[in-house]
Amino acid sequence: MSQYPTDVKYTKEHEWARVEGDLVRVGITAYAVEQLGDVTLVDLPSVGATVTAHERFGDIESVKTVSELFSPISGEVVEVNEDLDANPELVNDAPYDKGWLIVIKPSNLAELDELLDAAGYEAFLGSLDH
Amino acid sequence: MAELKRTPLADRHRALGARMVPFAGWEMPVQYEGIKAEHLAVREKAGLFDVSHMGELYVTGASALAAVDRLVTNDVTKLPVGQAIYTCCCNAEGGILDDLIVYHLQEGRVLIVCNAGNREKIAAHFAKNLEGVTFEDASDATSLIALQGPASLEIIRAAGAPELLDLPAFGTAEATLFGHRIRAARTGYTGEDGFEIFVANEGAVAVWDGLLEVGQPHGLVPAGLGARDTLRLEAALRLYGNDIDESTNPFEAGLGWTVKLDAGDFIGKDALARIKAEGPTRKLVGIEMIGKGIARHGYPVLSGGEPVGQVTSGSPCPTLEKNLGLAYVPASLARVGERVDIQIRDKAIEARIVKIPFYKRSR
Repeated sequence: MSQYPTDVKYTKEHEWARVEGDLVRVGITAYAVEQLGDVTLVDLPSVGATVTAHERFGDIESVKTVSELFSPISGEVVEVNEDLDANPELVNDAPYDKGWLIVIKPSNLAELDELLDAAGYEAFLGSLDH
Repeated sequence: MAELKRTPLADRHRALGARMVPFAGWEMPVQYEGIKAEHLAVREKAGLFDVSHMGELYVTGASALAAVDRLVTNDVTKLPVGQAIYTCCCNAEGGILDDLIVYHLQEGRVLIVCNAGNREKIAAHFAKNLEGVTFEDASDATSLIALQGPASLEIIRAAGAPELLDLPAFGTAEATLFGHRIRAARTGYTGEDGFEIFVANEGAVAVWDGLLEVGQPHGLVPAGLGARDTLRLEAALRLYGNDIDESTNPFEAGLGWTVKLDAGDFIGKDALARIKAEGPTRKLVGIEMIGKGIARHGYPVLSGGEPVGQVTSGSPCPTLEKNLGLAYVPASLARVGERVDIQIRDKAIEARIVKIPFYKRSR
């Protein structure tokens, strides 16, 4: 299903991680976007900051709520999506594409092995109460 | 946790794709298409809100107005039949028990609409303090549908209720809509023109469906509590539980205009006279974020690096495209243009005090 791209890995906190060469691009899933509603502000770390797997690296705010962002992997932030400052709605419009958040240079790429694949994430969402 | 109450329109909301959330003990729609889209629809055309969770209390008897007047800060004794008025209801210390709308329906019959979260408290307060009248809490049998936005008048015309077209602001009258007897009032909580429509639960679905159908060509969309909150914030309408509560008084909340100290006696009058004479120590002000950040309920307000107050409401505001809020600050700082910071998680973000309401309709 297009809602669960197969070229990324998923966290149970609804972030995705895509390996691009030596780097890992990170965003939030369509499910997370649907839960948030209209995204109005994304607070991200600066380039050069260190992030740790499963720990908070920023916040994302919709009209109604504030949610913490958790890193899928440890490493150094090498790129931040500057377009989100002026256009935070990109996260709503294209969460797996133009709405990406940060790019990380991982310290241990094997950490991604612990994350869910598309089928695992879909099953996990199915297990949440509906 | 107790079971959430459902309005007669709950199935309609689900069918319309609403996301339902718990609010004041009720399962209510927070959004359908999205908060921003619904907000803008209400400012530009019209939105339909289910606010059946609100409380409806009836006071009946020859002295109904006089009896209610002893429980509210505003002077309702001269309220003409067919008019409503906004008021605070205070405790003996001047703390706000609730903010209400009081409607003079006919000689000897008064309707009071209270907030859902305060309904039991206010019903008990009225039942205890009213004298010589009959009191009835009709909340569970009554639905309330709010039609809000500049197209509201045309939608009411299309719905075939000509007797409502000439209602003045805060005017109220009965009519028949889609085969059901209703009461409408020219009131709302969005800063726009509009009508709030009371209908017995049995008629709620017919009125909701009928208005959506005749309103569609006029741009009417269903709107949820999320848009209701951003709309009321732009208009700086106070939200009970956020901006006002029993620890706040009408003068510091900027609602001193609802307190009529030169009219009849009412609960809290002595305390409020004292507060007014001394001057409030803090005031509710408008906050506009300068730096990147959204002020939210409970965030500290800093001045010179020190905490001096608290944000009571805050949100991105779709019409004004600013991050706005309401906050209590010391009276000495309550000046338009004053620079403050808002503590947002681990950062102090620049903001300034601006005048309220943030938004005022031109029509």
